[in-house]
Amino acid sequence: MALVRGRVRKFGDNIDTDTITPGPVLTLSMEEMAKHAFEPVAPEFYKTVRKGDIIVGGGNFGCGSSREQATAVVKELGIDFIVAESMARIYLRNCVALGVYPVLSRGVSALLEEGDEIEIDTDKGEVRNPKTGKSASFEPLSGALKEIVEAGGIWPVLKKMC
Amino acid sequence: MTIVEKILARASGKKHVAPGNYVTADIDMAMMPENFRLIRGLLAKAGIKEDSFKVWDPEKFVAITDHRVPPTTLVTANAHKMVRDLARSLGVKYFYDVFPGVCHQVMVEKGHVLPGHLIVGADSHTTTYGALNAAATGTGASEMAYVMKTGKLWFRVPETIKFLITGKLPEYVSSKDVILHIAGKYSVEVAQYKAIEWTGPAVDDMSIDARLTMGNMSVELGAKFGIFRADKKTYEYLKARTDKPFEPVDPDPDAVYAETYTIDASSLEPQIAFPHNVGNVKGVSAAKDIAIDQAVIASCCHGRIEDLEIAARIVKGKKVYPGVRFYVAPASQEEYKKALDRGIISTLVDAGVIVGNPSCGFCTGIQGVLADDEACVAATPRNFKGRMGSNDARIYLASAATVAASALAGKIVDPREVA
Repeated sequence: MALVRGRVRKFGDNIDTDTITPGPVLTLSMEEMAKHAFEPVAPEFYKTVRKGDIIVGGGNFGCGSSREQATAVVKELGIDFIVAESMARIYLRNCVALGVYPVLSRGVSALLEEGDEIEIDTDKGEVRNPKTGKSASFEPLSGALKEIVEAGGIWPVLKKMC
Repeated sequence: MTIVEKILARASGKKHVAPGNYVTADIDMAMMPENFRLIRGLLAKAGIKEDSFKVWDPEKFVAITDHRVPPTTLVTANAHKMVRDLARSLGVKYFYDVFPGVCHQVMVEKGHVLPGHLIVGADSHTTTYGALNAAATGTGASEMAYVMKTGKLWFRVPETIKFLITGKLPEYVSSKDVILHIAGKYSVEVAQYKAIEWTGPAVDDMSIDARLTMGNMSVELGAKFGIFRADKKTYEYLKARTDKPFEPVDPDPDAVYAETYTIDASSLEPQIAFPHNVGNVKGVSAAKDIAIDQAVIASCCHGRIEDLEIAARIVKGKKVYPGVRFYVAPASQEEYKKALDRGIISTLVDAGVIVGNPSCGFCTGIQGVLADDEACVAATPRNFKGRMGSNDARIYLASAATVAASALAGKIVDPREVA
């Protein structure tokens, strides 16, 4: 998965897990829950999201509760990469565990606007905006984290043990 | 090494670890709150049979039904029923059904948290246990499944930062005000990916209840761990709860800290986190006269006897402001019973407080839901948009004392003006 392209879905700082998956929807099925993704800040998100879109967040993306539904809905909507200035640590762990690739790069948010095309090179550790030619670097996943994400998350790993 | 470095080194069988190292560590204790219910569906989705998935060590895993208690919908009632079956099926020895209270309080009061231990919980506020010198942190449900099967988890050894809390907290200023002040002054990312060591004379003075509040909210600063040294108070607290041996961990004299922040507790006034972020903090004097519809003391962050006691002291002989709904939910049945025995519940009820049962509900929009455009002052850990109900409601975080005083005034006030 060295080079990936997608459409940017942009968010600001401190997007918390209550925003991504509001408490009252947590008892719904994953398919239904996904319809409420980001509802408090982007009520139309579910209607406009496309498989292969890439989220570009600001700082502290995914702060708040440990609810992994906040990562699972993103995956459910066909998003495999989240780019952010920084990510709350449990959200980052949940991304790895569910096979969503976290791309963390300070300053990246300013390079991309909603709807832009984005390119991510996970070998070089580079995020690019092909329209402007501007890029930012990030530290690609390595070791166990890389293996888990490439396996599609922790469940395929667990299945082999059972 | 710092406290957390020493715990991670011990748990991963290494003599020495340094920040940035990746280790695979043996977990001393793991906990799942009500999201334990997710395990059955996750196993099924992965094509794993439950009978091939027993908990790795029944002494080291706890499941607790606490969030939607008592159930208010058929969906939840059926989920609880399923969870009882799941606990049997997976061989969970320590399964606490709806009775004892909020998971983090249950964990400390039932003796599942020991100094020096490495603990993970499928809830972000697992950092609470740092108050008892445990390196404790949150994970999601799928990672918890990995722990349940293997007893292990990967960690990146975090840098440790030190908060030195000097001086003495003024009356009616509490550990909650200290941590809100830090979130406001240094941001909710000051400890992102880092471990915090809480130290200093004001921390030494704090009760275990007060430390639990700070351990709890360490995650609101981004922290992976928020840990305290064990002292006489820790041992006293544990004596009544466990007879298991443990080894508390102190930092080495040459431990390296990425940063040290010094806070003078003596100079603090009560603090308020404005909507919709824990770091949007001002002193109470800048929040005066904000009218409220609801006041709440509850959750894993509050609702312990010290909070209930101070609330009772403030409202004793007075009445909650007309039209304001003041909900108080003890954190556990044990804390509830203590409050009953000390006459606290009676005082609260006389003042017009609605006392709820222990659960996570009042903090998470399950009970006491806020309507559109309402304002709530809350002794809970989070004020995110929509967390307690309407996306158009506003949540102001404060200490239990500030909440109680504000409930009497019908607006946010400094508790020292009411008491």
